[in-house]
Amino acid sequence: MSTSDERVTGAQSLIRSMEHAGVDVVFGIPGGAILPAYDPLMDSSKVRHILVRHEQAAGHAAEGYAAATGRVGVCMATSGPGATNLVTPIADAHMDSVPMVAITGQVPSSAIGTDAFQEADIRGITMPITKHNYLVTDPAEIPRAMAEAFHLASTGRPGPVLVDVSKDALQAMTTFEWPDDIHLAGYHPVTKPHSKQIREAARLILESKRPVLYVGGGVIRADAAAQLKALAELTGLPVITTLMARGAFPDSHPQHLGMPGMHGTVAAVGSLQKADLIIALGARFDDRVTGKLSTFAPDATIIHADIDPAEISKNRFADVPIVGDVGEVMTELTAVLGEEKAAGLRGDYDAWWSTLNRWRDTYPLGYDLPSDDSLSPQYVIERLGVLSGPDAVYAAGVGQHQMWGAQFVKYERPRMWLNSGGLGTMGYAVPAAMGAKVGLPGSTVWAIDGDGCFQMTNQELATCAINDIPIKVALINNSSLGMVRQWQTLFYNSRYSETDLHSHRIPDFVKLADAFGCHGLRCERPEDVDSVIEQALGLNDAPVVIDFVVHRDAMVWPMVAAGTSNDDIMVAREMAPSWDSEE
Amino acid sequence: MRRHTLSVLVEDKPGVLARVASLFSRRGFNIESLAVGPTETPEVSRMTIVVNVEALVLEQVTKQLNKLINVLKIVELEEETSVQRAIVLVKVKADAASRSSILEIVQLFRAKVVDVALDAVTIEATGNDDKLEALLRLLEPFGIKELVKSGVVALSRGGRSISDRALRPIDRPA
Repeated sequence: MSTSDERVTGAQSLIRSMEHAGVDVVFGIPGGAILPAYDPLMDSSKVRHILVRHEQAAGHAAEGYAAATGRVGVCMATSGPGATNLVTPIADAHMDSVPMVAITGQVPSSAIGTDAFQEADIRGITMPITKHNYLVTDPAEIPRAMAEAFHLASTGRPGPVLVDVSKDALQAMTTFEWPDDIHLAGYHPVTKPHSKQIREAARLILESKRPVLYVGGGVIRADAAAQLKALAELTGLPVITTLMARGAFPDSHPQHLGMPGMHGTVAAVGSLQKADLIIALGARFDDRVTGKLSTFAPDATIIHADIDPAEISKNRFADVPIVGDVGEVMTELTAVLGEEKAAGLRGDYDAWWSTLNRWRDTYPLGYDLPSDDSLSPQYVIERLGVLSGPDAVYAAGVGQHQMWGAQFVKYERPRMWLNSGGLGTMGYAVPAAMGAKVGLPGSTVWAIDGDGCFQMTNQELATCAINDIPIKVALINNSSLGMVRQWQTLFYNSRYSETDLHSHRIPDFVKLADAFGCHGLRCERPEDVDSVIEQALGLNDAPVVIDFVVHRDAMVWPMVAAGTSNDDIMVAREMAPSWDSEE
Repeated sequence: MRRHTLSVLVEDKPGVLARVASLFSRRGFNIESLAVGPTETPEVSRMTIVVNVEALVLEQVTKQLNKLINVLKIVELEEETSVQRAIVLVKVKADAASRSSILEIVQLFRAKVVDVALDAVTIEATGNDDKLEALLRLLEPFGIKELVKSGVVALSRGGRSISDRALRPIDRPA
């Protein structure tokens, strides 16, 4: 223990705890119950506080910071509404396994339970959406709760941890003791995989004829992209990366078949459906990936590696469960398969590859340009990826623009694609981009946002402009809630109930950017796309917003309609791929 | 579907019961009975949870429970290798004519009468679920006025204990 006999307030102890935990930035908003903590925060030379405009944005900024850097993101809010405004980003971080610590003020302990002003039972509210949470009413317990919170958030399967501290605990005098050693009797994540399971997995991989590496976001969270590349290249296995795993394996790699799922490539979806062996790595067989579960990958044996035992056999039974750190799993698998290869044993996937290559060549990702000379959203996003260079980071909102962002930007490394995958939180992009830019000030950070999403959190442009966080926003403005509109087109006879946002007229996004102290640009013609993006890339003295006025009838393809089988993937409207054209 | 008895050691911290209960409700698992109380170790409580689920669901229940930081250990207690008991208090209508018949049943089940009134007797019985159900079935015709039953508590048979692997001392905030 780092002990000190010096008397400090609970608030000082909280800020010192942050410093000991290595926190360099906190996103938050002060208020009554958390106010004592903001006083010593003012004197901290290590912790930078960024005053956001809405607590939800503090949470998403912490997520963006964490997803881009791999470090724990921190957000802070007061009791009651401050805390409840954090609920959405906490749930988001829980779904996407983002390491995050949320600190909230609570009413004085004597007032807890009395329905006091700005009282909300945030510990109770966040129980099902945190990895763990704390209510601290004794100032002596602040350092230990904080140390445990950071430990829990960042180890095992990462996730959000909330620390709720009562105002009297912040005000009372205490001593500061930072625990060097954290002992949690009920928390022992297994990182080392069982060697018997590894050998069994290796045997299945060698014997299989139609295997596929189904790579999930866990590979990025575990910083295991290098191990994945080694395993894939040693074995020659095909690789697919989920929405959360885009960038875990280079898009340019010849073994990469793209993204599976509702808007995945035909080759990736087909590789799962026709596989005889699926090796799931840090993935969780989400319904957006499996489609109708009862018809998912009917012939496949499943090897499922995950650090969270509860994910294994949750949705699809795993024939070979492997609990462990996905990086270690891949290292050990590679070692075993390497020995087999040296002994002359390797899998024969030639026939499988010729099928996969046919699907890939016949059904590449693509889009039709609009028949008039209006702007195609896919084209805008594609050019954004080409022009922004290899160091750029992209944070997307939720909807059509998110899917196009996942499809048409080419990802070559992990942590360059940030999005809300599990919860699907509209409004994620701007604050997440802000957090990412704070964590990676040297990188170009784009928010790829829709006009619907943008209007949920665009107030953070003020935060960005004032705090010198020059993010760039590519606003894919189709004047609609585009994905909902697409479903209305396909499933509700083109009856567009409440999806027209009229945002080609109101608000004027260029003026809005200007009002927030940002550069506002507009692009309406295909021939201007490159020059406007180049112009935005050159503007680094303030945030930039480009209002790309795009046509609204573009749809995201391919598509597996919700609740249907992956076998029924459509390449375009009323166009199903042919799986067996040459067989 | 089969009935399973889970014995769960948890840290005695505020909110633990809420975490466990909300986990069951959020994941759609149905609790048949739940009993919670102290153990031989001061900081540790024991929950005995009876669930009626398929084997795969039981695996999910156990894994999700294990993810709770305050959960220390979970074992399933099989009926054959454990002692399982619940207690029931039941108030049965009884007048001069029926009382002796009721008392006969009470004796057969090694239950006891804990309160007598002119028009009723209150019976206390302990046992496993089967025994208590049989008792209640026999008492039913006399007219049950009121009934309360505890959750099942259970211990494994033999000399070993659930906490044989020594639990580390726990000193941390809730």
